[in-house]
Amino acid sequence: MTSVNNLFEFIKGIVPIEDTAIIWVIAVAIPALIVFLVMAVNALIAVYFERKVSAFMQDRLGPMEVGIFGFKGGRKFWGGIGQTLADAIKLLTKEDIIPADADRKVMIFAPFFIFLAPFLTFIALPLYENVVISNFNIGILYILAVSSVGVIGVILAGWASNNKWSVYGAMRAAAQMISYEIPIALSLMLAIIVVGSLQINDIVQWQADNRWFILHSPFAFMAFFIYFVSVVAETNRTPFDIPEAESELVAGWMTEFSGFRWALFFLSEYANMLIVSVVATMVFLGGWLSPVELINIPGFDLPNSVLSILTNSVTGPMWVVLKVVFLIFVMMWFRWTFPRLRVDQLMYLCWKVFIPFALANVVFVSIWELIF
Amino acid sequence: MGMNTEYLKELGIIKGDEMILNMGPQHPSTHGVLRLKIHTDGEIISYIEPHLGYLHRCFEKHCENLSYEKCIPYTDRCDYLAAMHMNHGFVMGVEKLIGIELPERVEYIRIIIAELQRIASHLMAVGTFGLDVGGITPFTWCFRDRERVLDLFEYLCGARLLYNYMWVGGVSHDLPKDFIKRTTEFLDYFETQIPEYNEILTGNKIFIERTADVGVIPADVALNYGLTGPNLRASGHSYDLRKEEPYSIYDRFDFDVVVGEGTHGTLGDCWDRYYVRILEMYESIKIIRQAIADIPNGDVHEAIPKKVKPPKGDIYTRYESARGELGFYIKSNGKNIPERVKMRSPAFASLSALNEMAEGWMMSDVITILGSLDIVLGEIDR
Repeated sequence: MTSVNNLFEFIKGIVPIEDTAIIWVIAVAIPALIVFLVMAVNALIAVYFERKVSAFMQDRLGPMEVGIFGFKGGRKFWGGIGQTLADAIKLLTKEDIIPADADRKVMIFAPFFIFLAPFLTFIALPLYENVVISNFNIGILYILAVSSVGVIGVILAGWASNNKWSVYGAMRAAAQMISYEIPIALSLMLAIIVVGSLQINDIVQWQADNRWFILHSPFAFMAFFIYFVSVVAETNRTPFDIPEAESELVAGWMTEFSGFRWALFFLSEYANMLIVSVVATMVFLGGWLSPVELINIPGFDLPNSVLSILTNSVTGPMWVVLKVVFLIFVMMWFRWTFPRLRVDQLMYLCWKVFIPFALANVVFVSIWELIF
Repeated sequence: MGMNTEYLKELGIIKGDEMILNMGPQHPSTHGVLRLKIHTDGEIISYIEPHLGYLHRCFEKHCENLSYEKCIPYTDRCDYLAAMHMNHGFVMGVEKLIGIELPERVEYIRIIIAELQRIASHLMAVGTFGLDVGGITPFTWCFRDRERVLDLFEYLCGARLLYNYMWVGGVSHDLPKDFIKRTTEFLDYFETQIPEYNEILTGNKIFIERTADVGVIPADVALNYGLTGPNLRASGHSYDLRKEEPYSIYDRFDFDVVVGEGTHGTLGDCWDRYYVRILEMYESIKIIRQAIADIPNGDVHEAIPKKVKPPKGDIYTRYESARGELGFYIKSNGKNIPERVKMRSPAFASLSALNEMAEGWMMSDVITILGSLDIVLGEIDR
């Protein structure tokens, strides 16, 4: 039973419309709107967060002029809280430039393709036990499959721009994103082997019964490490931001894009960060479980009354958000302290380090499961 | 793209699957308006041809129509990141031509200012090099500290970038009241900052991977190309005009010439060029401390001639600027206007070696190598 079905039944109950097709459309449109809002708000907050974090690391103040909702600008922590909103409005009202020699149709189409991938992925991401748009029984597989669609859009965008820098960026991005899919999938495979289910609910339930998956075995810890570094590469962030590489390729495959369609790239980038952090939280860091439930020691159970206070439908999502924010912060930390790798070093890291180790992980964790 | 490539292939300019890529003149990492014509096969570079002249402002021709004093601001605008060095190099030539004996205080002030400028220029080089390999934070940290040097200069003469501070026979302003104290404070602060750069950049594994063994230029090749300054010293050849041919009063100070050691790879790679600059900042601090300790009193305007009118003759002065050996050839015909001024640009020589270093490396390495050479286009194009 998916949330859309529930919503459909709910709307049918309160709205006296005979035509079920209209109700279906509404029932589908509402979650879609929610996902879009989540992506937009996420980008707004994450950009502000990123700018403040980078300013903090670089001995600057960051945005501090544009206030909003009665918060005045100034040299305060919340000084520039309206900055990203102003930036968003600027992007949306900007002139939409398509170069004369560009492939017009593809160039218009490509940003939406890139946007589609994170948009569809959000469907399977839970916030709490049943707070999810569609509770797939193939959850992890779906997330892996759909989130890798974006790379097609990247190639389209790079090729359509008719710019050598864009093609460079697109080819680098394609090579990088496809390569790093493999260690990501292999790392998540560990959880699937141990739990025996692709459903995120089951994976978190296993962690509630035993312990956080990151503590399952040394191999699981290594898998988390490989996963996290690989997703940083997958989302094209420093030190793996070679497709954009602002000091080399100007802006990579986004060079010729401006205005709203560039905003879609931006939205997808931050949405991708959110997605990979949520997946890491769900699979490795205990999902909506509180940090107290790190390890479930037999014979030393916490009383149910305490557990229900620690993890309920209010605090559960809160734990998820906190863990996700922490992971996103770590990604930003990487970005503002590391230099960038070169394209061959990046491929070396993926094919000669991560994939062999991830494969060995899968074997060893299977043996571990047989022994313990 | 297609038509053009076919045509170039027919002409035999490019071979096989090669493509010509124009990097610049509008590009974030060419350190100014430099255009690099890159022949590339995918990511691999086969040939680089720098195209210059986008910042050409006829410095040498201007000098032929201006009196000696009026040439000094033009030298500022050549190497705008080490303007004091350009001033110093030029006025040194004119003074030698006239035969002015400078007051001790002026010499000391010039040394202090020149070494502060060297720190500022090297900070810029280190910071933008970090930016070129993708690290943004080192850049802002370096700029934060460069700002302090610029503040000192502003306190000294009112200008932050183009100073026109050194005059023929003296300097425009004597040191302000607190200048020595503020400089000492800055040096104390700055000495604690250099280890921080080392933490975030120098010792970073990714940074070493990106720069070690990349763009190697052996000492003999570097000499053949006419590389000077930190770029030559990084190849292991100890050559510093401050030691070889001490101008001004550099022979009175105790400092070392930093040479590259090939710590993380081959001698003369990008990492060495970067690290030589870091270590040179320590040497500059040393020199400034010594100069501050025994700076005499005196009048800085004492030796400024009423009319700068060198006798007939010519002179070539060499100066160790932050980028290498800066040369001024000045020919006088007895008037107050030079007959000919020729500048030897150190960055021009460095840039000429770019193809030698970058051939066979990848796109990203071109940026790294160019950044490690620390070129300033204003000085190359003049």
